[in-house]
Amino acid sequence: MSNGGAMPPSLEAVDIECERGERILFSGLSLSLRPGNLMLIEGPNGSGKTSLLRILCGLAQPSSGVVRWRGTDITQTRDQFRAELIYLGHNHGVKGDLTPYENLSIARDLACARQDITLDEALDAVGLAGFEDVPARTLSAGQRRRVALARLLVTEVRLWVLDEPFTALDTRGVTLVERMLAGHLAQGGMAAVSTHHPVAVAEVDIVRLELS
Amino acid sequence: MSEAPGLFTALGVLIRRDLLLALRRRAQILNPLVFFVIVVTLFPLGLGPEPNLLQKLAPGVLWVAALLSAMLSLEAMFHSDFEDGSLEQLLLAPQPVFITVIAKVLTHWLLSGLPLLLLAPLLALWLHLSPDAIVVLLASLALGTPVLSLIGAIGVALTVGLRRGGVLLSLLVLPLYIPVLIMGAGAVDAAASGLAAGAHLSILGALLLLSLSLAPWAAGAALRISVE
Repeated sequence: MSNGGAMPPSLEAVDIECERGERILFSGLSLSLRPGNLMLIEGPNGSGKTSLLRILCGLAQPSSGVVRWRGTDITQTRDQFRAELIYLGHNHGVKGDLTPYENLSIARDLACARQDITLDEALDAVGLAGFEDVPARTLSAGQRRRVALARLLVTEVRLWVLDEPFTALDTRGVTLVERMLAGHLAQGGMAAVSTHHPVAVAEVDIVRLELS
Repeated sequence: MSEAPGLFTALGVLIRRDLLLALRRRAQILNPLVFFVIVVTLFPLGLGPEPNLLQKLAPGVLWVAALLSAMLSLEAMFHSDFEDGSLEQLLLAPQPVFITVIAKVLTHWLLSGLPLLLLAPLLALWLHLSPDAIVVLLASLALGTPVLSLIGAIGVALTVGLRRGGVLLSLLVLPLYIPVLIMGAGAVDAAASGLAAGAHLSILGALLLLSLSLAPWAAGAALRISVE
């Protein structure tokens, strides 16, 4: 890690182990993230990338070990931790019966909203201009993912946990996500991203984590 | 850094969201109500139009139909949110999980309990229930149907992750519904035979307070286990 310094890491996992059924996916895994860090989690299918991300955001419990946010166990500071976190999983929680605008509006109203961008601007930025008011189920997989990604723009959180954010996106979509990541990290944010794609984000501290 | 929304704001947003979703799926709301009406109207046809007999059976029939119709709509409470990943998002939202559960229970009641309350007097007349008993029927349903939604929420939260959770859900929830059924039907029965229904209604009220204080936390914990 390049800017180690005196500052304690914001997100820290110590000696975590994850079991799926009888199999141990990983054990003795430790990692830490500081403001401005991007962690790329790589590894073959079934190596536990999703499990690790779910553990990091508190959706799943590690079978041993602890995850800390600003020095406190995340099971102790749940509400505060979740206010500073966004998680986008494989199922990104975009409601097919609602329009992209409604989906985004609900997501923003439940989180720490960013004041300097409107919903229309955010939808425009992710390339959904003209699709604001059609039911999201009529959109393509890539467009639905863009609706989910727009959530990152309208909320103000420190930590992004993104599980395969490039799935179903075209090359322009991939560039968009990379730009969003770069902007987030430049503002002192952190991101943990699992991916198979090479990620081109310039001038940031990339921590690589290889799961086998 | 902006603040996370307050609890009541979040509650409002969640309720509005669920009502909006229900509005887009109208058939899903109407199903349990149509079921309630059909079951109750079939009894006079099956038993014959004997007023005394119908009057005698009315409290039980109305309450059993209300209970089954509440159960019919339970699974929808968390199912679609679980399928599309919204449930994870709700669990990761800054507000405590019990707020999510309370919002879900409230919408379930608004869409399944409240309409029953409005339909019940009409159907009670169809079964020759006396006006006094109808008033008690409304009171018992007003106190009892929220309990059904609250207890149901625990059951659905526990079974939402299972592939065939439906049968298990009935097995989990029905034993807990029985006291509500006994007290609810008992209250109407007492009123129909000219007795005081206060005791039954008090117990229903107590059940409501008990489930109101325990169910949101229990269901919240169950949801966490279900998404893991």
